[in-house]
Amino acid sequence: MARKIRVLVAKPGLDGHDRGARVIARGLRDAGMEVVYTGLHQTPEQIVEAAIQEDVDVVGLSILSGAHMTIFPRICELLRENGAEDIIVMGGGTVPDYDIDMLKQNGWAREVFTPGTTIEKIVEWISSSVRTD
Amino acid sequence: MTHKLDEITRAKDAWNDSRRKMQDRDFKFETVSSLPVNDLYTPLDVGDLDYQRDLGMPGQYPFTRGVQANMYRGRLWTMRQFAGFATAKESNERYKYLLAKGQTGLSVAFDMPTIMGYDSDHPRAYGEVGRVGVAIDSLQDMETLFSGIPLDRVSTSMTINAPASILWCMYIATGEKQGVPSEKLTGTIQNDILKEYIAQKSWIFPPHPSMRLITDIFAYSTDHVPKWNTVSISGYHIREAGSTAAQELAFTLADGFAYVEAGIAAGLNVDDFAPRLSFFFNAHIDFFEEIAKYRAARRIWAKRMKVKYGAKSPKSWMLRFHTQTAGCSLTAQQPEINIVRTAYEALSAVLGGTQSLHTNSMDEVLALPTEKSVQIALRTQQILACETGVANVIDPLAGSYFVEALTNKMEEEAEKYFEEIERRGGVLSAIDQNFFQQEIADAAYQFQRDVDKKRIIMVGVNEFLNQDEQMDMDILKIDPQIEKEQAERLRKLRRERDNIRVGDALDELRKAAYGTQNLIPFILESVRAYATEGEIIRVFREVFGEYKEKPIF
Repeated sequence: MARKIRVLVAKPGLDGHDRGARVIARGLRDAGMEVVYTGLHQTPEQIVEAAIQEDVDVVGLSILSGAHMTIFPRICELLRENGAEDIIVMGGGTVPDYDIDMLKQNGWAREVFTPGTTIEKIVEWISSSVRTD
Repeated sequence: MTHKLDEITRAKDAWNDSRRKMQDRDFKFETVSSLPVNDLYTPLDVGDLDYQRDLGMPGQYPFTRGVQANMYRGRLWTMRQFAGFATAKESNERYKYLLAKGQTGLSVAFDMPTIMGYDSDHPRAYGEVGRVGVAIDSLQDMETLFSGIPLDRVSTSMTINAPASILWCMYIATGEKQGVPSEKLTGTIQNDILKEYIAQKSWIFPPHPSMRLITDIFAYSTDHVPKWNTVSISGYHIREAGSTAAQELAFTLADGFAYVEAGIAAGLNVDDFAPRLSFFFNAHIDFFEEIAKYRAARRIWAKRMKVKYGAKSPKSWMLRFHTQTAGCSLTAQQPEINIVRTAYEALSAVLGGTQSLHTNSMDEVLALPTEKSVQIALRTQQILACETGVANVIDPLAGSYFVEALTNKMEEEAEKYFEEIERRGGVLSAIDQNFFQQEIADAAYQFQRDVDKKRIIMVGVNEFLNQDEQMDMDILKIDPQIEKEQAERLRKLRRERDNIRVGDALDELRKAAYGTQNLIPFILESVRAYATEGEIIRVFREVFGEYKEKPIF
């Protein structure tokens, strides 16, 4: 039997808008994944530490503050420094298209979902991106 | 009357017999808050409505029909667009632009480091300076923000909560520099920490010291800044976090009552501070539900203030409110159609009797708005005010069977929540039990499931999609360079100010914080000495500690 996918839903930075993060966390849990939610106001260091400790497959960053172009690269850098670059970094929030292209091209985010995305779509994407065999 | 109602009952039964044979559309006939609505409302639904008791005249208890006797015939609502980005200089230019376009009040948006009490050069501010609002570190920035804008001639609303006392003191000190005495200043600080724990999550200190700062502001304002609205009790963020309309209404008013109780417990006379309490509601997309919410809010507040808290002044009974259209109702898809959503929402706020209004710009779902999109949003209000005729008649929907029944329903739902909160030991205990947070999370999740399953339709998102939609909108970009410039300005200030005066002021502040004195004069003195926001907050963090949330989903 395939093991359960483990996801860390994280809320980096100072912004407190956690509606999206919490809806996604619950949706992923209802879809059978094991979900850890960091809570608010996390530094990149705290998020990477939690990701490694919790041995997750995926880190999902929820960013609505416009700080995505500093936070995604920093998370990737810290994962690499800790030898955890196999963890998939993805995210969601108010991120303009051209920034999403830049994040994906540079390998700072595997995928970024914007408002209006269904929970099902995110579940499908994660399920097809993580090897569980 | 009973005879008439019997007749109507018979007529309705007969109508129902034929009506039931007709096939209805396959659709969820509920409000956006999942509140079921009937297909028809008649006098039967408002049978025991007593005009004088439940509605009254505008400007009279219980204020269901509005807080002024002549409403918009006297003065239109204040058109107040929330704005702020980058540095004080850029935001100052935007304010002057908005005032030149006919806006009648200012509303300051601060960046996240300012909201969370960090100076722009703090490591936690990295990447966030000037992003979602303006960066204000010291009195110097506040002086720049209002340069060329006489503070005795504009009213200013500041969306700031945990550090509200500090930014308010900076505003008072800026007035002093312009030669405007604090007695003449008009405006609002949001200063609503309870909804931060409940929904918006920009807290710094634990609840008790936070409530002390708020009651200190009440007391100081009564004596020195009497025209200032000392707290804007906010449902907006509760709704944006995913609550229903009834939850927004109930939780916001419950917070309001908690502030009243805190003021009374601090030894203040209710009529000395209650008239300066104001409210801030969301205008969501469900038109009638929103109108009913505003009308119910006024009635509930008036009754409780008079009966439960013994307020004698009619000004204490009046619920005055600002409205902002619902950011969460807007879509990133086909963003231009957000103009239409916003217009309907603005109409509900005006029909509900709002005192001031912010209309969202179509691009706010993507980034901070551009000048062009802000202008369209402001023009939306001007069309409402000047062309549609809706400002001519006071509370024009009163007497509608549906609107009155829905207003009653909103009140009932709110009362149920007040009982639940009371059972849980009051607002602070309920926060500690994650009660509000869980209620809102449940409603938000339910909403998302309904959208995903198309039980709720969002045009452009799950219906009426444009294939291959490309985003071709110009959006506002913040230059990353401004973070460096702001940090450099701050370092220069720290070098050039009188650092002995700063140190002394902060020492006095610390002593006062450990004691029980009113903290505002000490904050004001620190601000005048150009102590930074971060330095003052550091003193408070040391004395008060920090709040920690138990994260749930």
